[in-house]
Order: sequence, then C-alpha cells, then structure tokens
Amino acid sequence: MADRAVQIRSWPGVIAAAFVAVLILGTLIAVVLRAEARAGLGPSDWAAIRFTIKQSVMSAVLSVALAVPVARALARRQFFGRKMLVMLLGAPFILPVIVAVLGLLAVLGRNGVLNGALGWLGLPEVQIYGLHGVVLAHVFFNMPLAVRVILQGWQAIPAERFRLAAQLRFSPRDMWRVLERPMLMRVVPGAFAIIFALCMSSFAVALTLGGGPKATTVELAIYQAFRFDFDLGKAALLGCIQIGLAGGAAMVALRLSSTDSFGGGLDRTVERWDAQGRGQTIWDGVLIASAALFLLLPLGMIVGRGVQGVFEMPVNAWWAAAVSLQVSLVSTVVLLLLALPIAIGAARLRLLESVGVLGIASSPLVIGTGLFVMIYPVADPIALALPVTALVNAVMALPFALRVLVPAVRDVVQDYGRLAASLNVTGAVWLRIVLLPRLRAPLGFAAGLTAALSMGDLGVIALFADAERATLPLQMYRLMGSYQTEAAAGAGLVLLTLSFGIFWLFDQGGRSHVDA
Amino acid sequence: MLTLEGLNIRQGAFELSADIHIQDGARVAIIGPSGAGKSTLLSAIAGFLPLHHGRILWDGQDIGALSPGQRPLSMVFQEANLFPHLNIAQNVGLGLRPDLKLSSAQHERIAQALEVVGLGGMEVRKPAQLSGGQQSRAALARVLVQDRPLVLLDEPFAALGPALKAEMLDLVSELLDRTGATLLMVSHDPQDARRITSQTVLVAEGQATGPHDTGALLDDPPAALREYLG
Repeated sequence: MADRAVQIRSWPGVIAAAFVAVLILGTLIAVVLRAEARAGLGPSDWAAIRFTIKQSVMSAVLSVALAVPVARALARRQFFGRKMLVMLLGAPFILPVIVAVLGLLAVLGRNGVLNGALGWLGLPEVQIYGLHGVVLAHVFFNMPLAVRVILQGWQAIPAERFRLAAQLRFSPRDMWRVLERPMLMRVVPGAFAIIFALCMSSFAVALTLGGGPKATTVELAIYQAFRFDFDLGKAALLGCIQIGLAGGAAMVALRLSSTDSFGGGLDRTVERWDAQGRGQTIWDGVLIASAALFLLLPLGMIVGRGVQGVFEMPVNAWWAAAVSLQVSLVSTVVLLLLALPIAIGAARLRLLESVGVLGIASSPLVIGTGLFVMIYPVADPIALALPVTALVNAVMALPFALRVLVPAVRDVVQDYGRLAASLNVTGAVWLRIVLLPRLRAPLGFAAGLTAALSMGDLGVIALFADAERATLPLQMYRLMGSYQTEAAAGAGLVLLTLSFGIFWLFDQGGRSHVDA
Repeated sequence: MLTLEGLNIRQGAFELSADIHIQDGARVAIIGPSGAGKSTLLSAIAGFLPLHHGRILWDGQDIGALSPGQRPLSMVFQEANLFPHLNIAQNVGLGLRPDLKLSSAQHERIAQALEVVGLGGMEVRKPAQLSGGQQSRAALARVLVQDRPLVLLDEPFAALGPALKAEMLDLVSELLDRTGATLLMVSHDPQDARRITSQTVLVAEGQATGPHDTGALLDDPPAALREYLG
C-alpha cells in the first residue's frame, strides 16, 4: 500500500549502509588485489581449510545434539531458578572468548579439576588442546545458543495442541511423531547452520586452544601469515578463501533460520500432560543440572581463581582494561551512528537491511588485513590499532544490532506513523518525541551487546597491536602465554566483570522508566 | 465546505469513487458493508492515501497536495491514539505544538480541555494508567485543542461497551457544539449514526454516495445496505 503516513528520511541510512558496504567490500578488494594466487595453496593451507570445516561440523553437530534434549527438558519442566537458567543461556554470547577458554582450562586443562580427579583415581589425563579443545569450547559457546533457538521452537507449539494431545491420549511416541519431530525438522537446520557459520570464522578459540599444523583454522592461518611471516600476499589469499567459506555458510544460515534467538517469551512453560512419569522427571532433572553445571563450573572457576589473581595483575593489565573500556565505548557510539540510521531507513528501503548480511559474511581478520594493506602506504597501521579495532568491532556487531532495531523501528512506524503524521510530528521532532523514546529498550540492548562484544574481542587487535597498545583480552592472552596463570585469572575476572557490567548498564538503562 | 470532486482511489483490484459535497457544520456518518472502503475514504481525506484521480477541496481550496498534518482536520483512529511514553498533557499538547514546546497559556488550554472531557487533574498520568474510556476522552481533548474545522472519526469507540460508547458519542456531540466543526464518522453500527448524525454517506459497491438523510436511509435502506444491516 502506498501509504504516505510518515515522511521517513532514508538518506542518512543510505549513507551509513554505503559506508559499511565500502568498508567491507573495499577491504575485500584490497585483499583480493594483494593476494598472490600464483603462490598457490601449500599443504598447511589445505590442512587449515580441512580443519576449519571439520571442527565446524563437529561443533555444530554436538551443540545441536546436546541442545535438543536440554531444550525439551526446559520446555516441559517448571522449577525454581528456571528463569535465571534461561537467562544464563544467553550469557555465553557476550562472554569474552578468552575468559571462557581460561574457565574451561581451569576445569579441563592439565592442572584442571577434572584431571586432578582422574589423577587421584589413577586414570590417564584428558588432553584439551587441539581438535578436542576447539570443539569443546565451541560447544560451550554454542550449545546454549542452540538451546534457546530450539526452546523457542518448542514454545511456538500452541498450548491447544498439547491439550488436544492429552485428550487423544497420545503416548510419548505419538507426541514425538505428531508434534515434536515436525517442529525440530523446522528449527534444527537453522540452529545447525548458524553455529556452523559462527565456528567457520573462529579465531580466538583456535588461537588459544588450537594451533600447530593439526589444529589451525583459516582465520588463524591469516593471522600467522600476517604476524609471523609478514607474508601479505599469503594472508590475502587465505582471506579470500575465508570469505568464500564463511560467506557461503552465512548465506545458508540466513536462509535456513527464521527464528530470532534474542526474542523474549522464553520464561513460560507449556502446560503438558505427558512425561509425568518418575523416570522422565528425573532424566529431565539430570539434563538440566548437567547443562547448568557445564555453564556454571567454568564461570565459577574464573570468579574463584580470579579473586586472588586480581592482586597479581601487572600495571599494564590495568592500563589495558582502561584501553578496552575506551575501545568498547567508541565502538558502541560508532555502532549506534551506523545502526540507527540504517534501521530507520530500512523501514522504507528494505534493501538497507541486507548490509547486515555483509557483516555476517565478512571476517574481522579479512577487514583488518584489508585495512592494513590500505593504510600501510600512507600511515603507520600500528598507530591506528585502537581506532581500527573499535570500527571493526562496531561493524561486527551491526548484524545483531540491526536484527533487534529494524523490527522495532518498523513497529513504531506501523503503530504510530499515522498518528504522528496527522499531528504534523515529522522530521527531527518525530525522532525526538516518538521514535527514540519508543526505541529505548532495543537501543539499550543493542548498545549493551556491542559494548560487551567489543570489550571481549580478541581479533583485529591481535593483528595490529604492538607491545604498548593492547586491549585487556590481548593482555590476558599474553599473560596466559607467559604462564602467569594467577595474573591471567585476575585479568579474566576483571574482563568478565567489565563485559557483563557494561551490557547490564546499557540494557537496564534502556529498560528503566519505559511505559508499555 | 468539503468537496470530493470526481474522487477515485485504487489499491490493487479495489476501487472507490466519490462525488460528494458536505456542508459546514454537518455531522455525517459513513456506513456500509465491511470491506467496502469506509476507512479508506477517510484515509484519503486525511492524506494517507494517494488519489488515483479527482480532487479534495476545503472551502474551494484543493488540499490534495498538503501533508496529513497540514490539512484543516483532526482525526481519531481506531486504536493507538495516544503515545504510551508521553503523559496525557503531552499527548493533548501535541495538538497545539508538535514539538511540545508549550507556553503556559497553552498548558492552561490543555488543562481546560481535559476539564471539559472529564479528565481534570490527570495531566501527568500515562495512558496505561487510564481506562479505555478515559483514553478516548484524552484523544477527544486533543481534537478540542486542535480546533480544526473538520473532525474525522475512524470508529474510535468500537472497543468500548455500548453504554460507554453512547457516552463518548454524546461527548463528541458536545465538543462539536463548542467548536462548530464538521464531523465525518465511520461506523458499522446504525445506532451510532442515528445517535449523533443527521446525514449519512453510504459506501457500497465501489461508490460513496450521499449525503442522505440518516433516519430516512436507515428506515428504508437500499439493497446493498439492507443485506449488511440484516
């Protein structure tokens, strides 16, 4: 319908989207031009490609396979702390990778809790480095995501269906065949594809738990070519491959996924009349407890060990924390300057939304390499490490922010566009009086997400940084590398607090004083 | 005087034509079968829909090029007439100044309007703290301060119970007595039309015709309307 309800200006959104597109595609072109195809791919490059795909498949399969029973248990049980647990499932998304890795090492590493117990029992110790560790860390991050997506699928089954099933005296098998399996067939491929795509661009996990000829991802190989060999041609060639792999996976994931994993409404259970048997109840309890333990144990270890370690932190780690805070805030401002105009423009020009897809398909290390190649002839890229990091972090968070903001803007236009137009509330006044107040909550959430992701990011900064310029995640990585375990644990706790704290501040800021 | 001159609206396969003159101060109901285009006609007059051809004139001036907020009319919608994050005084104040930079005289006027519609002293309440009927009253207070010569109502009271709806219609009637504005009111209930309007525009079979005398039309409805009224 050619509704003239609201005069939305789309040109600021067009400019913002064009900026993002130029940044992503421009750096890609810079990388392609620099790539030395004649050098060809060596055996180690092929190994990196194989490993990237292999660990992504394994991570996605394991995450989803574990998530299905946990989601089912959560969907049909009501218990004290359920709401907390569902919220906790969202935590890994903003948990800094390096912190999670430290937590996992504390539980499963050489001197970890598990190996301590195994040694006490006289059993051989478990090895966390290499393929195991990479997959395990990916499952730690993505299983909760999968649980949330699948739980949403379960709760999308209308309560009436379950009433009808109870009326018809469905056995658990009937329930599975008629209600649950069709739902899973719809939801699981999307969840699988998202996780697969996320693991395809894994860098920090591979950097910390992988490495070596047997456990190097393409992203890590770019970093190594760049950092150790300073072979820009090779790095660029690998960058092209990474874009092909991750971009392809992202396209598939977008096509398959329709559910919004951030959505609310997960805190209700569907009333059901099946699965009331004692055995099933206990089984569900065991599943829920194991999932909670899997999440809480590493987090608990970080807090436990970190409290002592905070006092061991060297001064430069505290400086790095201050740097991280700045980078995170700058990144959030940049994100808002990009996302808000794009989301507003997308209410009229749907095409603008697709710039988010570019963000998902691109890789931070490729953008980083491209920027390096472009900056190198004119300025010292190392000096620009922090601004570049803030910018790349903002672009990486853009797809998630748009996913929250675009529907929110559309709702405001739909619900209040005509009313505003009939009262002559237009232009900047519309922005101030109607749109921004209505967007407070999603804006707060998007800002919090960006700030936390940027705070914990260990990507581009590793590419650019020198001894003086480091963010806290990088400083923490260096502490771990030099076996200063105590200090690293302290830095981990500080980083964890900063990431969750800044998310909480923005999110709460957006939510308070909001009227329905 | 409102004139719809050779008006034609098209939306896909849907088409509606109108050739209508409405006198100043008239109170006109727009009735017809659902889906016939009652709200569409109102939307076109308010400036939300482009015209395929024809003109909309107010006192001989073509208002077709004006944006919705610049037209000499105020409108109350089916729902969402108030911004939930603004208080009642601000919601009403938007009718005086869209940027809400209100003078003390304007605040005074808002307070008076709220008094008139029975919401005296409720300035700082948020819409969520009001009942459905009170929300309608607040929207009508805004119509009062806007003081435009034409008022469009797009079934704003449809969600209210019969007694409350009658009360609101009487309030509308009272406000019109004060301002002398012309009323166009979409309704699917013939009782509403009888209650406060003397004239009726019938929208049926792609045509808006009238205005007819409300009583006579409802007493002896044409075939298209008879089927709808049952």
